[in-house]
Amino acid sequence: MNSENTFIIDGTPIPFEPDQTVLQAALKAGVFIPHLCFYPGLKPNGNCKLCTVVINGRHTSACTTLARSGIEVENNTPALHDKRRLLLQMLFVEGNHFCPGCEKSGNCQLQALAYDLEMMTPHFNHFFQNRKVDVSHPEAFLDMNRCVACGLCVQASSEIDKKNVFALSGRGIASHVVINTPSGKLGDSDFALSDKAASVCPVGAILPKRRGFAVPIGQRLYDDLPISSQTEFLTTREA
Amino acid sequence: MFELENAKTTQGLRRIAIDPVSRVEGHGKVTLLLDEQNKIHQARLHIVEFRGFEIFIKGRPYWEVPVTVQRLCGICPVSHQLAACKAMDAIIGAKQLTPTAEKLRRLMHYGQLVQSNAVHFYHLASPDLLLGFDCEPTQRNIIGVAMKYPDIAKQGILIRKYGQEVIRHTAGKRIHGTGAIPGGVNKALTAAERDELKKDLPQLIEWAQGGVELVERYFEANPAFFNSFGLFESSMMGMVREDGALDIYHGDLRVKDAKGEPIIDRFNYETYTQVLREEVKPWSYMKFPYIEKLGPEKGWYKVGPLARLQTCDFIPSPLAEAARQKMLAIGNDQPVHSTLSYNWARIIEVLHGLEVIQDLLDDPDVLGKDLTVKGERQEEGIGVIEAPRGVLIHHYKVNEDDQVTMCNLIVSTTHNNQAMNTAIRSVAMQFLDGRVISEGLLNHIECAIRAYDPCLSCATHALGKMPLQVELDDAEGQCLSLLRRDSSGRVHMSDIHDD
Repeated sequence: MNSENTFIIDGTPIPFEPDQTVLQAALKAGVFIPHLCFYPGLKPNGNCKLCTVVINGRHTSACTTLARSGIEVENNTPALHDKRRLLLQMLFVEGNHFCPGCEKSGNCQLQALAYDLEMMTPHFNHFFQNRKVDVSHPEAFLDMNRCVACGLCVQASSEIDKKNVFALSGRGIASHVVINTPSGKLGDSDFALSDKAASVCPVGAILPKRRGFAVPIGQRLYDDLPISSQTEFLTTREA
Repeated sequence: MFELENAKTTQGLRRIAIDPVSRVEGHGKVTLLLDEQNKIHQARLHIVEFRGFEIFIKGRPYWEVPVTVQRLCGICPVSHQLAACKAMDAIIGAKQLTPTAEKLRRLMHYGQLVQSNAVHFYHLASPDLLLGFDCEPTQRNIIGVAMKYPDIAKQGILIRKYGQEVIRHTAGKRIHGTGAIPGGVNKALTAAERDELKKDLPQLIEWAQGGVELVERYFEANPAFFNSFGLFESSMMGMVREDGALDIYHGDLRVKDAKGEPIIDRFNYETYTQVLREEVKPWSYMKFPYIEKLGPEKGWYKVGPLARLQTCDFIPSPLAEAARQKMLAIGNDQPVHSTLSYNWARIIEVLHGLEVIQDLLDDPDVLGKDLTVKGERQEEGIGVIEAPRGVLIHHYKVNEDDQVTMCNLIVSTTHNNQAMNTAIRSVAMQFLDGRVISEGLLNHIECAIRAYDPCLSCATHALGKMPLQVELDDAEGQCLSLLRRDSSGRVHMSDIHDD
């Protein structure tokens, strides 16, 4: 292995190609770094911070940091997992995530990460925010209770679909996804189920209507293997 | 007004509370008001849980509902899922499921009947039957049964496990699966799964027969006690199929009076709103349903194993039907009403469930791959099923955007509300009135409630103008003031100590 094109994660050499980020190279090499807002083919946005690693002693997002020869990355450490768990707990209490009745259960990246990082309780008090459900589109169902403001739908709609159906509005804790129509309704946009934006949501915020629980337990994405064992899938899914 | 429901005055009366009632699903309490001579003046079963499914399901998409509402219960989630799915079948116009889908749903439901009834019979009721109503309470539980009767305890655990395995193979999980979906099921049964389920059936049927014989021996040994305990007569409601046979998945509803004569020979459950009404009382979160044409005083009824085994003409499986005939014989051509007969009927149903599962597993349709259908979309759907505890009604309206706009649930335990209250009043007068109260005597009250296998969590789903009572007590426990919200939402303030 050419040491000029490798870096170290938790003592393991990881090869990389030019312009690859630490997260991309790690996933390609089969090393899992928890993440929510990264999707292959979309520009890394660094929104969720779950992929925070320590590079040469500094905390940084693995999805936005370019891989460089010789850097040493701490990833799979109890201290980082504690922080990631904390981030997950904040995401869970900020939204209204009721996995028992959610059709995304078993296919949900947020849920899969919570299992993988052994999040046992929400820890914080729930916000119980009154969020919108948008049923105006004939084919898709928008449930903002589950949105984690990762921004993937915004990017996919803009970068791939070239439609700009979604946007992030507000700042900090008030930031939320909005629809770019005068009414604010998805049904008044040119969104279609075949759009890439319809399939990149890591949680159950954007879902096709009338599909529900068609996939039985045992055949869902994260039923058999934890997300940390599915690095190949996470790198090969295409935007 | 029912006898012992309201004391004429609460002045000078002593209050005894059984709180919580143990070995039932959910949380409830019993209050008794007694005078200085220990004469009973009031006895009530209160449901103290507070749920809200009928309200928070509003606005949700219809396909989500069967999976969400099954969370009403951890014991009979399959029943809620199937009742909701039957309603949603109507919503999506799925008038006739594929043979495979219907048989897999039946398999799931009979698995549910077996596991739920087995939990009640072996884990919850058998300590009273096997160890005695007055047994030391620290031993009067399934561990005590396992110590003294290890074979029976083991059989109970394994029968329940089998029912759960049937559910796992059809719903995906033992508890809170997703197998039933609007229009059918999402999972086919594999030949390997079917063969695994067939393997242990003969042994389980033999054990269930042993359970039936156990109850028969108890009733034969002390008929005076078992036949009179908590005895009261009431009407009964249950589901029957076209030929009058017991069917717990689909059929019409039949109501018989206390003498076994039909009040309503059969009615399509989709017309339940024309037949049933619900009364609200200010001292319980659980409503009191009744047959509208008879009114609340005479129109109440009981549901569940004892009711449906006597509203049907026969059980369509030979071993269970033979066992039913033996149970009916103690009534001397009159319906059996003794409260403890519920336990007898319940174990007969375990046997029936296992026989039906055996027939279904022998049917090639269960291995089919044609799982769903749909038709013309409707705005309203009603699904009714016989849950282990009795008739379960789910009723929904869905708007054109696929959102639920109305939800009404009448849960099995709710149908039995008046019956359970009457049972505890009967037992209170029979065993407690005028006597020094002991823990063993109080357990008689619990046994009467337990016989109905109530699921108090399921039964308290309403939200809104819920009757509510707040008491302010001093350090000695004396009530200083009382705030009460009645069923109309009006709030009353009082300084008189009630119950």
